[in-house]
Amino acid sequence: MSIIRRPMNRRSLLKAGAASGLVLATPTIISRSAWAETNFRNDPTNSKTVTFGFNVPQTGAYADEGADELRAYQLAVKHLNGEGGGGMLNTMKPLSLNGNGILGKKVDYVTGDTQTKSDAARASAKRMIEKDGVIMWSGGSSSGVAIAQQSLAQEMGVVFMCGLTHSNDTTGKDKRRYGFRHFFNAYMSGAALGPVLKKEMGTDRRAYHLTADYTWGWTQEESIANTTEGLGWETVNKVSTPLGAGDFSQYIAPVLNSGADVLILNHYGKDMINSLTQAVQFGLRDKVVNGKNFEIIVPLYSRLMAQGAGENIKGIYGTTNWNWSLQDEGSAAFVKSFGQEYGFPPSQAAHTCYVQTLLYADACERAGTFNPAEVIKALEDHQFDGMGNGPTLYRGSDHQCFKDVLVVKGNENATSQFDLLEIAEVTPASQVTYDPEIFGGELGPYKV
Amino acid sequence: MDAIVLQILNGLDKGGAYALIALGLTLIFGTLGVVNFAHGALFMLGAFCAVTFNHLIGLEQVVVDPTRTTAWGTPLEIRMPYIEVWLGDTGTAMLNYSVPLSIVFAIPAMLLVGYVMERGLIRHFYKRPHAEQILVTFGLAIVLQEIIKTYFGANPIPQAAPDIVRGAMDIGVFIGLDPGTVVYPQWRIVYLLFSLSLIGGVFAFLQFTTFGMVVRAGMADRETVGLLGINIERRFTLVFAVAAVVAGLAGVMYTPILPPDYHMGMDFLVLSFVVVVVGGMGSLPGAVSAGFLLGTLQSFASMNEVKTILPGIDQIIIYLVAVIILLVRPRGLMGRKGVMET
Repeated sequence: MSIIRRPMNRRSLLKAGAASGLVLATPTIISRSAWAETNFRNDPTNSKTVTFGFNVPQTGAYADEGADELRAYQLAVKHLNGEGGGGMLNTMKPLSLNGNGILGKKVDYVTGDTQTKSDAARASAKRMIEKDGVIMWSGGSSSGVAIAQQSLAQEMGVVFMCGLTHSNDTTGKDKRRYGFRHFFNAYMSGAALGPVLKKEMGTDRRAYHLTADYTWGWTQEESIANTTEGLGWETVNKVSTPLGAGDFSQYIAPVLNSGADVLILNHYGKDMINSLTQAVQFGLRDKVVNGKNFEIIVPLYSRLMAQGAGENIKGIYGTTNWNWSLQDEGSAAFVKSFGQEYGFPPSQAAHTCYVQTLLYADACERAGTFNPAEVIKALEDHQFDGMGNGPTLYRGSDHQCFKDVLVVKGNENATSQFDLLEIAEVTPASQVTYDPEIFGGELGPYKV
Repeated sequence: MDAIVLQILNGLDKGGAYALIALGLTLIFGTLGVVNFAHGALFMLGAFCAVTFNHLIGLEQVVVDPTRTTAWGTPLEIRMPYIEVWLGDTGTAMLNYSVPLSIVFAIPAMLLVGYVMERGLIRHFYKRPHAEQILVTFGLAIVLQEIIKTYFGANPIPQAAPDIVRGAMDIGVFIGLDPGTVVYPQWRIVYLLFSLSLIGGVFAFLQFTTFGMVVRAGMADRETVGLLGINIERRFTLVFAVAAVVAGLAGVMYTPILPPDYHMGMDFLVLSFVVVVVGGMGSLPGAVSAGFLLGTLQSFASMNEVKTILPGIDQIIIYLVAVIILLVRPRGLMGRKGVMET
């Protein structure tokens, strides 16, 4: 075999050039459209259905909240598929969905158990993404868990719609392009509570904080202390308590003679139920300190917590993202659908999960694709109404929703086991809006 | 001074619960030689006896009011406990006193639970290694808590103390302090007195009854008691049931302090085991003393003055003290030679 090549002439050069051009262009010509659509994970183009993942605490301390979230997700899927009367699809504005699924595909779902543990939640979410092929997943009820899942969302290129998470960090220093939060945050709780506390308790108060020792507790303590100190209140002490302490008596006893006249419980779930119950048992609510009635504040309330705390919540102020007693048409439609389906009203956790599912679906419809980069763009700076909290903005710079916040008070005259919180004030979105720069963080790229 | 008195009270109160659980654990270990990791679950089951009793006497008559509707459009249901419909004020009083009254329900229920547990499972593990006993009883604890969660949910269920002891009382004035400086929840005082009475009752039972004498003899030398023709197995089954009742009653009375949930037993279990080890394996007075000692130390470690000097000490104090005591006295405070030693 000769290794001497013949010299290339003009004809063969042209032939070779044409052949090379054809070879190089072929993938682009044949698959240009296909490439655009399949350039993202779990593209459902060739499937009749699209699958969502609902990753909620089904075991552990937040299992009841998780169960309520799951009910809401199932209801949302029903409504998206044109069943069950439509719920908030009848009130949502603007609306691109038409009750036949999303982009003509029926919605299916799989569920997972976060156990309210970051590693378990990530493992469960990963299974949903890799095995079940979910195009989006959602769930709550802990900020630590939500932040862990947002990071996974960014790594995997699959959108995560946060359920109940209240830490400033979720859409602050730990925000991610692939994570979105409809729920309000600790800063907003503080901003909403401030004027009410000033009106009800004055500007000369001394506050004592008991704070759950993790990300949510720290950010809430910081936000509420900033608010109260802004009112002129003095912060007497900030004491961290271990998560799941059970008996808080050793932390409550020092409050008695500390000179404080307000106790702020930066606790959630079981911790809040226990600390509030025990604070009331210690007679704090009957005390008069500095010539004023001693007050207790629970900055973040939920109806399920209120049920656990029983009559101890009467007259105690806090904030909530949403309450079933709201009378706007969106809330009424959701409460009706949920109540008829399950026989009792939804919790705020259920509400935020339901809304997140519809918002994601609507964004897909508006984007005309399930490509997450385009869906994210459709969600960013999207303004909507008719979903229970008045006109709302999904701010593009941090993926945080800005809407009215409810200041609530434990109902003194409850008429049923669900009628536990009365709305003291609806704080307008403008009053709780802040500069995203104050919490820092980087969203990260659209394409991963 | 007031802060110290308050933390002593807190510690004694908490110690009361630890002591009651540890007492049962020690009884079972001392008699049957079984390391029972399901004992915390018995405390939890006791608490749910109170919840069940409250549900039972609170069963409601439902009357549908067709003229009014709920927010979701169904006819409004007006609910009224049957007991109030039938018994009037007596029914209302029974509902008010449901926690102490549930003791009457909890005693037979926990006796039965203890009997079934011992006969159905524990007795098969008497002669097995401690590691296997721990595994099987821990598994049983998880099963029991999952059963409770299935029926009652994961959310804590509040139980109110009777109105008469629901508030706080000024303890300070009794010991010469300024009024209002040491205010303590009345129910916690009730709980402390209850736990002391129950501990006293168990000791009296073991000390002054023939049955107790046999059990104590069995704890000292099981084989010899058996050789005397006494059916020690049957006695020990009853001991297990009594230990279940003690843990259960501790749980019943704790419900107004800590709204019960399915996990509450686990929260107490680990600490109670530390209490048993510190008190000395197999020593009943040791378990009680260590319960009160560690409860009090835990409370003092949570004082702001202490935490300022040693941050986080409240989280580790019990384990730290356990390590020190075991280094100085390897058998615990009142441990006997030969117990859990090869």
